Amino acid sequence: MSGISRKRGFGAAQIILFLSIAILVVVVAVPVLLIFFNAFWVNGTFNVRDVLRIIGEPDTWQALVNSLIIAAGTTIGSTIVGTFFAWLVTRTDLPCRRFMKGMFMVPFMLPSFIGALAWKMLLSPRAGFINRFFMVHFGLSGPIFNIYSYAGIMLVEVMYLFPFVFIQVCGALERMDPTLEESARISGAGLFTITRKITIPLVLPSILSGALLIMLYSMAHFGTVAVLGIENGIFNIPTLIYQRIHQSAGSFASIRTGTVLATVLVVTAAFIIWLQGKILSKGHYQIIAGKSFRPMELKLRALRLPLFLFCTVWIGFTILLPTAVIFLVGGLKTYGLAFTWENLSLDNYKFILFRYRVTRDAIWNSVTLGLAAALITMFAGVMISWVIVKMKVRGKGILEFLGMLPFSVPGSVIALGVILAWSGKYGVNLYNTVWIILVAYIARYMAFSLRANSAALEQVHDSLVEAARVSGATMWQALKDIVLPLVRPGMLAAFFLIFLPALRELTVSIMLYAPTTRTIGVAIYTLNEDGETVMSAALAGIALIIIVTGQLLVDRFIGRKNAG
Amino acid sequence: MSHVRLVNVTKRFGSVTAVNALNLEIDKGECFSMLGPSGCGKTTTLRMVAGFEDLSEGEIHVGGRLISSREKNWYLPPEKRDFGMVFQAFAVWPHMTVRENVAFPLRVRGLPAAEIESRAKDALASTNLLSAADESPADLSGGGKQRVALARALAINPDVMLLDEPLSSLDPHLREEMRFEIRDLQRKYGFSIIYVTHDQAEAMALSDRILVMKEGVVQQIDTPLAVYSNPVNRFVFSFIGLSNFLDVVRAGDRLAFPDGGELPLTSPLRDARLSLASRPSEIDFCEPGKGDLNGIVSRRSFLGEIIDCRIKTGGGELRVQKGRRAPAPDVGKSCGLKLLRPFWYAETEATKSG
Repeated sequence: MSGISRKRGFGAAQIILFLSIAILVVVVAVPVLLIFFNAFWVNGTFNVRDVLRIIGEPDTWQALVNSLIIAAGTTIGSTIVGTFFAWLVTRTDLPCRRFMKGMFMVPFMLPSFIGALAWKMLLSPRAGFINRFFMVHFGLSGPIFNIYSYAGIMLVEVMYLFPFVFIQVCGALERMDPTLEESARISGAGLFTITRKITIPLVLPSILSGALLIMLYSMAHFGTVAVLGIENGIFNIPTLIYQRIHQSAGSFASIRTGTVLATVLVVTAAFIIWLQGKILSKGHYQIIAGKSFRPMELKLRALRLPLFLFCTVWIGFTILLPTAVIFLVGGLKTYGLAFTWENLSLDNYKFILFRYRVTRDAIWNSVTLGLAAALITMFAGVMISWVIVKMKVRGKGILEFLGMLPFSVPGSVIALGVILAWSGKYGVNLYNTVWIILVAYIARYMAFSLRANSAALEQVHDSLVEAARVSGATMWQALKDIVLPLVRPGMLAAFFLIFLPALRELTVSIMLYAPTTRTIGVAIYTLNEDGETVMSAALAGIALIIIVTGQLLVDRFIGRKNAG
Repeated sequence: MSHVRLVNVTKRFGSVTAVNALNLEIDKGECFSMLGPSGCGKTTTLRMVAGFEDLSEGEIHVGGRLISSREKNWYLPPEKRDFGMVFQAFAVWPHMTVRENVAFPLRVRGLPAAEIESRAKDALASTNLLSAADESPADLSGGGKQRVALARALAINPDVMLLDEPLSSLDPHLREEMRFEIRDLQRKYGFSIIYVTHDQAEAMALSDRILVMKEGVVQQIDTPLAVYSNPVNRFVFSFIGLSNFLDVVRAGDRLAFPDGGELPLTSPLRDARLSLASRPSEIDFCEPGKGDLNGIVSRRSFLGEIIDCRIKTGGGELRVQKGRRAPAPDVGKSCGLKLLRPFWYAETEATKSG
């Protein structure tokens, strides 16, 4: 690049840098800092004793312990299930492996609070369909399983979170150089020894990294615990924050408790992320293949059919049964009626889509919020990634840190921070409007956009732009004709990575909604809380249709792009 | 008595025949190379010997023992074959130290600890790895990793060593060094080597015999010298060493280039269309009109030790390489060419010998 053009671009570069820092500071840094500030700073003094007192209160302490218990149980369960299924579909002769692999990833798409809702209908102690079936037909005096329990919560979370481990381990097993295992085999080791001594140790970093991801997610997870735990008084940190703030309509004491709990959550999350980074950097072996033949397959022999049946039953129980229950209940005239043709109709669905104000608003809000958040975050993400990846300026490290911060900041914490920052204390009051949800979404999803866009920009080597400049293109032309076409897939990916999760968002929206600003997730949750189980199920059914269609369209669209 | 014997070995993947009716005998202590372009079936053959691939037809015997047979549906699993094997991508286990890698084959055989210790040490010493024994192989260079793989294969003192392009992931100068190390180890331990490579120089430098393969079919099996100096067909000629080909047609008793111009040479073949093959280093310059062919120098490049010339002749372009001290005409000059050892191949059938 010539010295002249460099000087001319200097002003623009400064503006972009300033803008990037400003966006991240206002949207991400301020809310998080306000949480720490409010937690530790009381009446103008730094106060740790008070923080400890709040943590020591029986309710808050119990919530902390519950978060840990549920997260630990969920993590262990999901890791075992995910690793086992990953091994089954990549290393054995299980029938229909490709299909099974696809099905095991489906729970990724399904919002776990909708799953929780379905399981509540199936296994709630008195009214659950399965429990009632056994009580009526086998004369059992009590339920065979009470879903309103620690075990129930963990079970449902395992069902919908195990894909985190499954996908990581599948990827590692598929990318792993088959000769690593073959050389063990020619060394004289049998398949069992190889699995134990070579395969598992080599994919251990992937297993652990997936496990920590689940831990992080479960610690900060709102939906399942809210749907299944509150009945029996089981609160975890996010549900307690929500309950306190919701009950007291945002009183000072409740916000303070919230900030303290949020601080604990952030610290735990930061520790988990740190641990994950440590494991990945230390144990990340180069195990990727050069040329490769198919990896060895374990012949399951007599176990082949039983394991196939087990997988089928698992898929039936985690995907088909809950989905069917949601749609069936959504079609009932009143909750509690039997599933007969007279009792089932599409009336609820019609009502929800066309006449019922609350749900119509919710669908509209979710779609517009999702689109707006995805668009804004996508463009801001490109700009900030450009600064991080391409600009040689000082201070870009801060940008990188700020941008990735939301990865370690759970949704309920972001929501709380946004309340602190945008409810009039600092001149702008967005509370009770959709804008506060939009701001929270942008903060929450910025990291997704930065990651996708940075990855795309890394691919665009400086020499490509330089070659365009040498060929006579101006900086602007080079950006338009060279950089933009190459970065577009990353931008698209960022858009959908934000739009689809935003459609089903619950954790953040539940803390920020006002009567007219419910999102789909909030509407499903509140309808269920208000006892409108049928309406809630119908809306959940519609949400499932929207989410799955969206995901399929994206897969098709992006899949075709990659092929072409 | 041959040690490794392949009888009518055939492998099909769907409708593709990767290896077609291969018969082969390899002696004890012999270094045998399989050479060919990628996808020719050499690696598949090695993997059938190792036991990673089933056979579509035929049998494999090693040391008088049947290890694979399609007809009898008998396959000794790879872990029971007691071979050593080295892979292209090293395949050393990054979660074990160098010593643990080398000791692994001994450990899975349940040998006493003292024996494991001493034999691992032996293998490490043979490959100059003793000083790195407690390091992680991930910290070693490519050459170091490949030494670990070699030591691991040596540890059980196998009769047969299978090497699957073991040097192609290494730098060129290291490759040359490792060739000799492998050869030295073989002399010391006395195992047979089956060596798969697409690098002809590597195969020639190492092997007692070479097999040249194309599209699953054996083209020639012979010593490196015989393969180089008497290639059986056009493919082998072009695959081993540098080569020139000129297309020639027969008109009665005379040979001519397709687009005109006579050729004063004679051929032992009677086919209508022929290929004249020659090595760039086996062509001499002479006065125009005094050699077998006449041409004009179209390009001349100085490559250090040699001068590389392109000569335009009536039948196409010929490449000629001379030592840097030998006289060579300038670009644009006409010259005569003497073919020192011309080969003739029938054009119609590329795999027929000449």
